[in-house]
Amino acid sequence: MSKTATEIEQPNAEQDDTALFGFWIFLMSDAVIFALLFATYGTMTQATAGGPTAAAEFKLLPAFIETLLLLTSSATFGRASVAMKYDEPRRVLFFWLFVTLGLGLVFLGFEAKDFADMVADGAYPSRSGFLSAFFALVPLHGLHVIAGCFWLIVMIVQVRVIGLDRRVKLNLLRLGLFWHFLDVVWIAIFSVVYLGGHIA
Amino acid sequence: MNTPVWPLLLGRFEWRDLPFVRAILDPSASNLVGAFAGGLVVVGAIVVALLLTRYGKWRYLWTEWLTSLDHKKIGIMYIALAFVMLSRALVEAVLMRGQQAVAINNPGFLTPDHFGELFSTHGSIMIFFMAMPFLTGLINFVMPLQIGARDMAFPWANSVAFWLTAGGAALMMASLVVGQFSTGGWTGYPPFTELAFSPDVGPDYWIWAVSLGSIGSTMAGINIACTLYKQRAPGMAFMAMPLFCWTSLCTSILMIFAMPPLTVATALLALDRYLGFHMFTNDLGGNMMNYANLFWLFGHPEVYILILPAFGVYSEVVSTFSTKELYGYTSLVLATMVIAVLSFTVWVHHFFTMGQSANLNAVFGIATMTIGVPTGVKIYDWIWTMFRGEVRFTVPMLYALAFMMTFVLGGFTGILLAMPPLDYLVHNTLFLVAHFHNMLIPGLLYGMIAGYHYWFPKAFGFRLDEKWGRIAFTCWVVGFYLAFMPLYVLGASGMARRTHEIFDPAFRPWLYVAMAGAGVLFCALGSLFVQLVVSIRNRDALRVFAGDPWDGRTLEWSIASPPPEYNFAVVPNVDGRDIFYRRKHAEHQAGPYAEPYAYEDIVMPRNSASGVAIGVFAAVSAFGLIWHMWWLGVAGGVVVIAALVTRSFGRDQHRILLAADVAREDRRWRAALAEAQAIPRQREMTTANQGLAER
Amino acid sequence: MIRREFVRLPVARWAISVGLLVALGGCSALGHGFLAAAGPVATHERQLFLVVSAILVFVAGPVLLLTPLFAWHYRLGNADDAYRPNWNFSWWVEALIWIPPIGIVVVLAVLLWTWTHIDDPYRKLPGAAPIEIEAIALDWKWLFIYPDEGIATINQLAIPVGRPAHIRLTSATVMQSMLIPRLAGQIYAMGGMTTELNLAASRPGQYLGKNTQYNGAGFARERFTVLALPGAGYQAWLGRAHAAPRMLDQTTWRAVAERSVVPQPVFFGTVQPGLFGQVVAKTGGSGSAGTMHGMPMKAKDSR
Repeated sequence: MSKTATEIEQPNAEQDDTALFGFWIFLMSDAVIFALLFATYGTMTQATAGGPTAAAEFKLLPAFIETLLLLTSSATFGRASVAMKYDEPRRVLFFWLFVTLGLGLVFLGFEAKDFADMVADGAYPSRSGFLSAFFALVPLHGLHVIAGCFWLIVMIVQVRVIGLDRRVKLNLLRLGLFWHFLDVVWIAIFSVVYLGGHIA
Repeated sequence: MNTPVWPLLLGRFEWRDLPFVRAILDPSASNLVGAFAGGLVVVGAIVVALLLTRYGKWRYLWTEWLTSLDHKKIGIMYIALAFVMLSRALVEAVLMRGQQAVAINNPGFLTPDHFGELFSTHGSIMIFFMAMPFLTGLINFVMPLQIGARDMAFPWANSVAFWLTAGGAALMMASLVVGQFSTGGWTGYPPFTELAFSPDVGPDYWIWAVSLGSIGSTMAGINIACTLYKQRAPGMAFMAMPLFCWTSLCTSILMIFAMPPLTVATALLALDRYLGFHMFTNDLGGNMMNYANLFWLFGHPEVYILILPAFGVYSEVVSTFSTKELYGYTSLVLATMVIAVLSFTVWVHHFFTMGQSANLNAVFGIATMTIGVPTGVKIYDWIWTMFRGEVRFTVPMLYALAFMMTFVLGGFTGILLAMPPLDYLVHNTLFLVAHFHNMLIPGLLYGMIAGYHYWFPKAFGFRLDEKWGRIAFTCWVVGFYLAFMPLYVLGASGMARRTHEIFDPAFRPWLYVAMAGAGVLFCALGSLFVQLVVSIRNRDALRVFAGDPWDGRTLEWSIASPPPEYNFAVVPNVDGRDIFYRRKHAEHQAGPYAEPYAYEDIVMPRNSASGVAIGVFAAVSAFGLIWHMWWLGVAGGVVVIAALVTRSFGRDQHRILLAADVAREDRRWRAALAEAQAIPRQREMTTANQGLAER
Repeated sequence: MIRREFVRLPVARWAISVGLLVALGGCSALGHGFLAAAGPVATHERQLFLVVSAILVFVAGPVLLLTPLFAWHYRLGNADDAYRPNWNFSWWVEALIWIPPIGIVVVLAVLLWTWTHIDDPYRKLPGAAPIEIEAIALDWKWLFIYPDEGIATINQLAIPVGRPAHIRLTSATVMQSMLIPRLAGQIYAMGGMTTELNLAASRPGQYLGKNTQYNGAGFARERFTVLALPGAGYQAWLGRAHAAPRMLDQTTWRAVAERSVVPQPVFFGTVQPGLFGQVVAKTGGSGSAGTMHGMPMKAKDSR
């Protein structure tokens, strides 16, 4: 029994399984990178070189709002995943993907303003080792979110242009993993960096 | 000559960044050597291009090799890259040995900075662009065949990983032609590599070349692990896998966890250099000790990434050429896993002298010694594999024997170095250099060369010339001892590493012997190339199309040489270890070559140019970043992203091989098998060996 | 023992004569290193080297013996050996492979623990109160300040025989490492931090010290002499140093700190106090991270 040209392009269940497994492992390696940046940051919290300190610079309200934005965006992506799984009308899927994207972009906007405020306050990365370590860790998360937003746009276009074939669904699943992973990393950032900066 | 030529377009490039200009302005020996090297790269590239045009092979190269997603092709390309880079790095070693032999109370023929670049490129190339590609290539080629799979789990990612590595290697070669390389060693310690002390392009070349290589290796690690977890043939439990697959699995896990620290270390150094951060600078709160910790969190598992695949090769080679089952399979698996886990617990031994407390140093020293136990277990398991076997002294076996005896000397000095008080005396001396070459050359390099000899017939359908193999082997062993045993003495005499000029005439005889050794090693490499040429010329006499020249035990020997694109016409069912050997020697079954009941259509991936595009343009982008050609850095990055997105949209990425075609190709091989002459082991080195073993 | 036919081969004769020449001529090289230890720390470390090497002979020996033995006896061409192609396990062999090595590692671990604590560079040596020295690593020379004497030298360290010296190190430039192999092990010198090295010489003599952590074009020339002088000789050396006209202060420091190789030792008769601390502070020492032994915070983790 010969397979059609479109059939051979789509992964079977085994290949889906392998692809998701591989993506989990990639996330593990990414987690190692973040873990090391956290560890490095931990050793440099006192290296303020007479400049701005954590307590002075880390504004908890914006950080809290960013946390809410990101957590909500994870929920909306989950809603989108449900729409995809249960074959709901395409517009539902699009809606929730767009909301997720919007929340992600607003998060980035808040974070950019946060960083701009810090820099205006004299807390720029080249001021001290502590600030360098902060700006190595937190903007890396931000870069990941930018990548996630770009990926979201690409997926929205793919759903529109190609439809929901197995490959598109697989990619959406992987994007979901990535998005939730970034949420978890943010919670660690909020706890260790922002809250932690006000405890010591 | 000393100002940027065209900053907007060419960044910080100045005319004197060309070695040819430097040689003209100041024709010192050092500058002439540099210009010659740069010229070789340019001329070499032109010659290759001319030859490809002359023989009309551009299309062939593009469609058969460069854009292929076939793990066998990618594996061979990795190994070819490794051999090219090995040649360069070996020549650099000969130059350094020459300088040290000559520069006794004498400036020698190389400037200190040139010498600094040489030891930095030598180390960086040997680790990242010789050893890693070599082992990744071997695993790529062999492992899917051993587990009965058609390809790696992610064929496209495989191509991308290879091309990122090749891109990194290209950056290393570019540093010969324009600019200069870092003088900070393969380890790149700040603050020496910070802007304050090395503002030139050198450390940037190092950062980006290593970064591309490390991302490629991380991807390769993920691919290898997923393949072993998910693509094993039905019935192949983990404990039925060949040892080479076990070592590949542990290597890949190490890659996944150990490459990220390197990525972080180099990225943070890049932040310091490009954006004025203070991660590792002297002033404003930087902490250079963090770099040492990050780098060696990578660096120690890295050396186990290098050695475990070689251990896997030795397991295969010793078992096959002792005509006997591997002794202590379970112990070997256990030992491999213990080594992999422990490799993450010892990194501080690379900087015992950085002022940690005695407690900390002692704990890490004891952890370091502990790894000696499973390593010793492996060596004894190989020795006991020979016990009551029938040992054949083929070239791969010779390398295995030389490895066992020479590596243990390196282990001896390793235990010495694991003792902090002794490390305090010989850290950063030639004793250390001798130790790690004692592990890497007999360990990694002999293993890779043995693997190359062992699986070459599978890949290309004909054996390598045995006589030239023995000549090369002799040169590698004699050369190693001559070049490195004197370094133990010199290190114990207090001679530091990375020294471009010597002031103690008592060191002279040892440096002369070491120089002679370097010459012999150069001949060893030359012999390997001669062997390849001779083998290709004699390939008809050396042909082993039937696929089993060594009376092998594992699945890769059960298919044709070279294998068909899809490896197995029908995916085999496995019911235990050494499945092919057992089927050859089982009386009541149909035998190892029974024709399958039914053939099915096979889906194979099409070629893809996106892997090439990603690797090439990642290197282009990096080149732009090195030279502060920001437009090029951005443009290259945009192309990489575009290639990724394009690939993601593509919907014509597979093709079908019809069952009838598969059947035809398979039956043709079986028909030839029926005509072939089975030979006993006594005749495996003669032209009678067609790749069919007597049962 | 060596077969006559072998010795007659020209290659063999050549190899033997070269080998002898190298061994004879080259053995003097070992006199430069820790095997010719001239102080209590290096002597103790050398003892560890000899003890551990002796033990490890029993680790390497079996491998070196069994490998060629088995390979040759069980070669394909030998008809007199047993052939058991499927023999792949034996509890006796397993026990032999795992247990003795673990035992040896345990013994070595005990040695390691003991020796590491005794030969800790931070451990004050027993005996008289040590001579205090501050060492600043520069590109490409070493500056030694004697804070109690108010003198300083470039590239010459003098200590009285039999009396310990306590050296505090920092670097004004990049990471460096001070090694005087006949006297003691090395320790890194890093900017913004202080490390320590305790050593003594038990015999008068001249010993070579150097930097082993690559720091640029002048690295190979960054060497200094250690003079171990008997009591009176040390006083005379101090006297000569005090008489030196040069002064080491913020202004002259600038010239000293320039990247250069200094061919002959230089002496400073007067030194501005606190210079060492200022260098540590300037290269990033925030003041709080003084010593780095253990974790930066643990100032109480001292000897």
